[in-house]
Amino acid sequence: MRRLLLAALLILPVAAHAQSGIALTDAFTRAAAVGGVGGAFVTIANTGAADRLTGVASPDAEKAELHESLVDNGIMKMRPVSGIDVPAGAAVKLAPGGYHIMLMGLKHALVAGEAIQLTLTFAKAGPVTTTARILKAGASMPAGHGMDGHGMGGHDMGQMPGMSMPGMPMHDAPAK
Amino acid sequence: MPKPTEHISPKPENGGKFVFGVLGLLFAVLIVGAGITMWLGGATPGGLSIGGPFSLADGDGKRVTDRDLRGKFMLVYFGYTFCPDVCPTTLNQVAEAMDRLGPRADRVQTVFITIDPKRDTSPVMKQYVASFGPRIMGLTGTEAEIAAVAKEFRVYYAPHRTGDGPNDYTMDHSSVLYLLGPDGTFISPLRADAGAEQLAADLAKLLN
Repeated sequence: MRRLLLAALLILPVAAHAQSGIALTDAFTRAAAVGGVGGAFVTIANTGAADRLTGVASPDAEKAELHESLVDNGIMKMRPVSGIDVPAGAAVKLAPGGYHIMLMGLKHALVAGEAIQLTLTFAKAGPVTTTARILKAGASMPAGHGMDGHGMGGHDMGQMPGMSMPGMPMHDAPAK
Repeated sequence: MPKPTEHISPKPENGGKFVFGVLGLLFAVLIVGAGITMWLGGATPGGLSIGGPFSLADGDGKRVTDRDLRGKFMLVYFGYTFCPDVCPTTLNQVAEAMDRLGPRADRVQTVFITIDPKRDTSPVMKQYVASFGPRIMGLTGTEAEIAAVAKEFRVYYAPHRTGDGPNDYTMDHSSVLYLLGPDGTFISPLRADAGAEQLAADLAKLLN
């Protein structure tokens, strides 16, 4: 039942925004504690006219911002950005080490294997919602391992590198 | 190191000495500069001092000193838990590299030291490092203790305001892994962004 619901959530935004040309894929975030911060990542494909990502929100976080990580002379920096351009016909990847969605004040622990909702707002396309799967802490989505055709359950996670790592105390975290 | 007062005298007979002293200092700066350049380039210059004595608090608030960690290699990384991108990516790679090393990983203590002690209290650190498995020890301390240990490890850090709230800031910080030997001496820096496989291979060569 949950899978059906999640599958529906995955299909809906694509269907609803077929005309705008914005499609969100491979959204993921990582296990994190309640009240803490989380980074979320997504690939934005734009088959329509040039657009700009201007905001982001999640019902699972008090606040969400667009941030950029950059390395300047060996120093790691993180800066909020006002928006991210999505040129016509281009795909922009929010990925570790570059742009990310900064989730602040998590309302519940993010547990690996579960999922959260993200709504990205574009200057032209308006709000587009997607579902981000929760990977283990610090994990990255392997290349070419999208959600299409895969279940969202824990079994799928077992195929990912490092997913077999023991000790995920986040499962014991309070306040789901 | 001669005291600076020895060189202040304007007497002519000391002039040569003064010039010599200045040249010596310049030379020392050049050597250190070259050392840092080599260090950033991934080389392992002998005698470069990284690390030193520290006393910090673990996830239970218990004191941990550098001496407590002797007998094992120490793989240390500085960062902060409110970093959602590079820090967790690095710590996950460290955890995966340790898994790849198998039994050899038991000879290494991985240590994550916060450079944001204001937010990263012992309980916060405990919960955070636990999410990367049982191997990583999270250490925090007072602002002064963190400043001291960061200086010893030549780690730069500074807050960057992002808003008006007390917690509206991110931290700029050096992102590098250091390997120290079982006797506490510095062995090598390791790239924090090379991936778990590379990190495991690099560590395997250094764990002798």
